[in-house]
Amino acid sequence: MNALLPHLPALQVVVPLVAAPLCLLAGRGGLAWIIAFLAAAAATVTAAILAYQTLHNGPISYEMGGWAPPWGIEYVVDTANAFILLLVAGIATVVLLFCYTSVGKEIRAGRQHLFYCMYTLCLTGLLGIAITGDAFNVFVFLEISSLSSYALIAMGGQRKALTAAFQYLVVGTIGATFFLIGVGLLYMMTGTLNMADLATRIPAIQDSRPVLAAFAFITVGLALKAALFPLHLWLPNAYAFAPSGVSAFIAATATKVSLYVLLRFTFTVFGADIAFRNLSLNLVLLLPAVIAMFAGSFSAIFQRDIKRMLAYSSVAQIGYITLAIALASHAGIQAAMIHIFNHGLMKAALFCAMGCIFYRIGSTRIDQIAGLGREMPWTFAAIAAAGLSLLGVPLTAGFISKWYLVQAALQSDMWWLVVLIAVSSMLALVYVWRLVEALYFKEPPPGRGTVAEAPLSMLLPTLLLAGANIYFGLDTRLPIEMTDSAATLLLRGQVW
Amino acid sequence: MRHHRVLRIISKLLIPFIMLFALYVQFHGDFGPGGGFQAGVIFASAFILYGLIFGLENARKVAPPSVVTRLIAAGVLIYAGTGYAGLIGGANFLDYNVLGATPVAGQHLGILVIEFGVGTTVAAAMITIFFLFAGRER
Repeated sequence: MNALLPHLPALQVVVPLVAAPLCLLAGRGGLAWIIAFLAAAAATVTAAILAYQTLHNGPISYEMGGWAPPWGIEYVVDTANAFILLLVAGIATVVLLFCYTSVGKEIRAGRQHLFYCMYTLCLTGLLGIAITGDAFNVFVFLEISSLSSYALIAMGGQRKALTAAFQYLVVGTIGATFFLIGVGLLYMMTGTLNMADLATRIPAIQDSRPVLAAFAFITVGLALKAALFPLHLWLPNAYAFAPSGVSAFIAATATKVSLYVLLRFTFTVFGADIAFRNLSLNLVLLLPAVIAMFAGSFSAIFQRDIKRMLAYSSVAQIGYITLAIALASHAGIQAAMIHIFNHGLMKAALFCAMGCIFYRIGSTRIDQIAGLGREMPWTFAAIAAAGLSLLGVPLTAGFISKWYLVQAALQSDMWWLVVLIAVSSMLALVYVWRLVEALYFKEPPPGRGTVAEAPLSMLLPTLLLAGANIYFGLDTRLPIEMTDSAATLLLRGQVW
Repeated sequence: MRHHRVLRIISKLLIPFIMLFALYVQFHGDFGPGGGFQAGVIFASAFILYGLIFGLENARKVAPPSVVTRLIAAGVLIYAGTGYAGLIGGANFLDYNVLGATPVAGQHLGILVIEFGVGTTVAAAMITIFFLFAGRER
């Protein structure tokens, strides 16, 4: 075991990578599920060990293939990306538990092993994006995660899933291409792709046009992948029509990883001085972030399909995260990362709960789910807990997010932001209440027989995720310590 | 295409040479231009040509889709397996130095095997894409 410890950064990515072809070779859904689950669980353990190591011993560097950076590809783990790795791997594992029964019903038998193959590939891509210290390598993993997520979304039961996936494919490809153009320009100007090396070379040429263009391309490309308003139009359909497990996994992780890359490029590669003082990225991000908070929540209120409603809510929540990034302070970065983590927990729990409902009645439309809260009490409990967390009620993880966000805004002397955050949270109250009202207080639609509680194999992961929303509202040590250290490292820039 | 005698005969003549050229590009890749990706595409084009001229049914008999799909996975496993071989040899992931008696021999062997994995996956993926598109109406 000790011999493996120095290789954990590589294993973090290549264990799920090997699991993907093995799932394909397995040929049967059940066997593929076991392989995928073992890989995801191994990735979670790896991420936990890496998180512990980075927190106590500082950043870890790994030379892929033994080639020293800046020539070779370097994997770098610090508290910032260890935190993201932990979120992605952890959510992937719990959602996989949920998938066993859910996929069994939603995907036809001959395709289940392909589902798990794509799922592990997507996990590989997301983990790779987070862990690598090489700008081009980010693009490679971005494509791995994107291509597999297009396929996953297209596996949704309705025909509209195909158009949703295609729409996401077009927009996602534009985003990835923009990112690649930016990286290409940086390579042209500096001759290096290593992020730490880029960081030392960019300040000398920071006013040259290609570097400015690179900054613009990378920021816009990542904003597309992160679904920042007004570049969010691919997101609602993609989340609404994907299979339940995919919605839960992707909603909780994919946009979050893009936001992490945005953090990494603005703070580590370009540096806060260039990005915020010279190019006023804060103003560029602040306006879309504030509009996203309102437009997302406002659109969510009028959705008839609950998965779509949650998708629009995600647009609003991404607004909060971007807002925190735009503050460009220690408290701001910390708030952004805490909300990345907590929002992942909320949306995974809510989408899993929607999956439970879909499993029983084959729909997530608001008129169809009326009265289900009394027939599926445990699912309803999970929705209530995660919904309260989404609102930011004290004793839930969401409260911690909002608390740090408000503090960060106050520290930057932007009290008006606090007002905006409070008002937009009221909008969230409207749509969460609409969901609770439909589930608990409305009469069931005529003709629907009695509905049983979701099967235990789906209910337990859902409750686990909902419970995590409560747990991280009470015991905040892990996210606070990790993000505190991460914010310090990101603001220091340059050397990891 | 049954009546196009010229096409049939010429493609019959060409297919072995296309495959041979693919293998040349594959295994000469570490000395000259070329490598796994290009070789895989060329190799697959032989099957695609065969499928176009002699029909999809015959092409499926030559390259059964179930086998081709498995080859996609096999190529990735060859690649990743080489990476793990480096780990077992006590070096970093994908470090070929430990694969041979000397670092140079190790690098040589490593890149050859890696490229073979790439070629396998690319060829199999190309053939699969052709089968999927060509068999779309059914």
